[in-house]
Amino acid sequence: MTFTTPPYLTQDVSVRRIMLHVLAALVPAIAVYVALIGPAVLVQLGIATLVALLGEAAMLKLRDKPLALFLGDGSAVVTAWLVALAFPPLAPWWLITVGTLFAIVIAKHLYGGLGQNPFNPAMIAFAVCIVAYPSLMSQWPPVDAGNGIGEQLALIFGQAPRLDAMSGATPLDALKTALKGADSGLTVASVLDNRAVFGHVGGKGWEWVSLAYLVGGLWMWQRKIIGGQVSAAFLAGMALIATALWLLHPDQFANPLFHLVSGGTMLGAFFIVTDPVSGCTTPRGKLIFGFAAGLLAYIIRVFGGYPDGVAFAVLLLNICAPLIDHSTQPAIFGMKK
Amino acid sequence: MLQLFKFKGGVKPETHKAPSLQAPIAKAPLPEQLIVPLHQSIGGVPQPLVEVGQHVLKGQRIGAADQWVSAAVHAPTSGTVIAVEPRLAAHPSGLTTASVVIAPDGREEWIDRQPVDYHTLAPERLREHLRDAGVVGLGGAVFPSHAKLSAAKSVPMEELVINGAECEPFMTCDDLLMRERAEEIVRGITVFRDLLEPRKVLIGIEDNKPEALQSMREAVARLGVDFTVTAVPTRYPAGGAKQLIRVLTGKEVPASRRSPEMGVQCFNVATAYTAWRALAFGEPVISRIVTLTGNVETPRNWETLLGTPLGEFIRLGAPKPDTDRYLMGGPMMGFEMPGLEAPLVKASNCIIAGSPALFPPPAPEMPCIRCGACAEACPHELQPFELYWFSRARNFGKTQEYNLFDCIECGCCSYVCPSHIPLVQYFRFAKSEIWARERDKNQADAAKSRFEFRNERDEREKAEKAERLARAAAAKATEKPAAEKPAATVPAEETPPANAPVDADAAKKAAIAAAMERARLQREAAQVKNTDNLSTEQREEIARIDARRARAPAHQAVEQTDVAPPPAQEQ
Ligand code: SF4
Ligand code: SF4
Repeated sequence: MTFTTPPYLTQDVSVRRIMLHVLAALVPAIAVYVALIGPAVLVQLGIATLVALLGEAAMLKLRDKPLALFLGDGSAVVTAWLVALAFPPLAPWWLITVGTLFAIVIAKHLYGGLGQNPFNPAMIAFAVCIVAYPSLMSQWPPVDAGNGIGEQLALIFGQAPRLDAMSGATPLDALKTALKGADSGLTVASVLDNRAVFGHVGGKGWEWVSLAYLVGGLWMWQRKIIGGQVSAAFLAGMALIATALWLLHPDQFANPLFHLVSGGTMLGAFFIVTDPVSGCTTPRGKLIFGFAAGLLAYIIRVFGGYPDGVAFAVLLLNICAPLIDHSTQPAIFGMKK
Repeated sequence: MLQLFKFKGGVKPETHKAPSLQAPIAKAPLPEQLIVPLHQSIGGVPQPLVEVGQHVLKGQRIGAADQWVSAAVHAPTSGTVIAVEPRLAAHPSGLTTASVVIAPDGREEWIDRQPVDYHTLAPERLREHLRDAGVVGLGGAVFPSHAKLSAAKSVPMEELVINGAECEPFMTCDDLLMRERAEEIVRGITVFRDLLEPRKVLIGIEDNKPEALQSMREAVARLGVDFTVTAVPTRYPAGGAKQLIRVLTGKEVPASRRSPEMGVQCFNVATAYTAWRALAFGEPVISRIVTLTGNVETPRNWETLLGTPLGEFIRLGAPKPDTDRYLMGGPMMGFEMPGLEAPLVKASNCIIAGSPALFPPPAPEMPCIRCGACAEACPHELQPFELYWFSRARNFGKTQEYNLFDCIECGCCSYVCPSHIPLVQYFRFAKSEIWARERDKNQADAAKSRFEFRNERDEREKAEKAERLARAAAAKATEKPAAEKPAATVPAEETPPANAPVDADAAKKAAIAAAMERARLQREAAQVKNTDNLSTEQREEIARIDARRARAPAHQAVEQTDVAPPPAQEQ
């Protein structure tokens, strides 16, 4: 008779099931993205997935861990997809490869693998690459560039010269650049009036991708895959500071809605700050983590030198997470007040 | 309608209760052999009162409570004691425990059962009566009930909570007991109420047992007592004493406090039932209702004699061929029985035949992803993944900082963990390590103080020896005058006489004399012990007794020892 321990019943849950849910929740956004940009997005997702699985397998082998069990948990694929979605869709193949490898090998396995990484691997990849290759990481194609699949593949695999023309900035970047040329005397309102770049709310096309992330996030919340507190706190943090500054100086600061649907806000809110491993775990800690990340993301994106601030904000909060957790331990049963 | 409170966390596993609820409670047939462990409750181990070969009657006490927190055990039927020896215990460890093995004679011959009117008993006698009838918590905790039946001195008892929640999946013994024997349960509760004098009596039953609720309500109405029978939401572990107390009273009893200190006490329905049988019928606890369910052809509840070997019991349910194990208790907190020879005991509320289909082998353990599901499920609002982390790292100080000992091992955290980490196992490991260390530390402390004591004594002896040598040398030098000085006139105290000689020599002499006198007194004290403060009369008395003792003929002494009664076998 083998030695067994209670409980003998367990819920039908697994890491794999959670990860599959996350992947499924990304599908709507990917669909919108492909519709807007073209198949390049899928190519990037494919490259990232392949590289992530190979990297993961190699590291598991090196660390002498059961291959099938850990490759099957889906966590590497989730990281790969997040990296692919955070990177510019027409970035060269080696850039996404470097980013993904950095996420899997260094940010994940060198820190001890699944469950041990203090930093969000996808955000590490983004941060490293944007520091190392700032211009490549800032080349976002305009949504109606109308590149055919052949053209996109050529760009990704380096057979075509990277034209300045295709490196349209993101709406966030465009707004910042326009306003920075302060001599131009432009106000936010006049810049945003350019619907060709800024669409209806948050940048032409991008608002739909953001909405798709939101839909996926809400679905995960409804399925209890994420708790929702961190996401809500993150959006609240960003909305709060955006609203405050916008009310103070509507000429210089975009309205909060613009910030909520542009850049990586929604991706960050539902797929990045929700990462349990690198985030906070206590109820109050989650709120603090999300709120501070939202606030910081805004500050970095508006006042900093990079096109978006989500990655740096999340990484900074990752550093603080253990401290926040430690100081927000909830009172236990019978020990309240 | 009573206001209900919520407890945080908890889980809702499938209940699997229906199969064993189809038939009423049946009386299990007499087994071929009964193996009655002497230690069936929390607390002291009862001493065996019977010998091999002795004939015992049904209900005869075979093990007496040896201390206040302990309870008696009884012969479940009449027959012959064929062994008093260690036998496999109903415990996952597979260890043995001192047991009385009885071969039934089939006559089911009772002791002379003496019903008592508990109103006529002083509370103290009543508690003793329950202890001697072996009444313990039958919810599974088997804590001697009489030891829980005193209110705290400083805190008035406010609520008496009666636990009929039965939240463990598969288990239905309390449900059927409440359906079929509600009136006796309620009468038993009345006894507890009269002892504790609470302001309110609250009976909590999970709302998935409408028949039991109905039957208990009717019994309460019939007996005209003002007990509140309340349906509580079905959510494991609503039947944990602390959770039920929380739901019914809003009070949260932490690990560091006993519930009477907070004006509340909790008993299981089956316990109340046995208390009533013990008083009104003079029947000690020799049987209990056991659910037999799971992978068996005929699941059912059986009124089973304690000591029935598992192997004989399961035959009543006809286990299916793929049965690979038997759990005692529920699937959340129960354990795997170590073998078919292990007996059913007071804690055996349920036996579940398990199969690979019913309880699939656990999925491989993955690393913790800090998803927090365990913390959300923990009814004690702990952070199980932190506890896991520190237990794994053997950082036991930290586990205590994170309230390891508030963990009730309910298993909710393991139940929800997507990484399939056997969290409870880690917590048990950490707890036992801490206990072991504490024991070691206590032993080390004892050894340390022994060592220090010895060291001190050696030092002292050394010093004394040096002093003695010095003194001896000095005495030799001044032999004559010291010898002349009558020792008795020197006071024991150090105070030098008023006319103390001022020269060093004389001072030395005085000191030496004093030391010698001290030594003499000490010698005397050692010899006469505590008699030196006695009056003359007492001394004379002692002398007379001594003289008589010396004169007494041998046969008298023999007669005297014969008068002492042999250790009676109690009935
Ligand atoms: S449920 Fe399991 S994986 Fe999730 S935090 Fe708890 S121990 Fe870790
Ligand atoms: S077993 Fe302990 S830690 Fe786990 S849920 Fe129950 S009380 Fe909480």
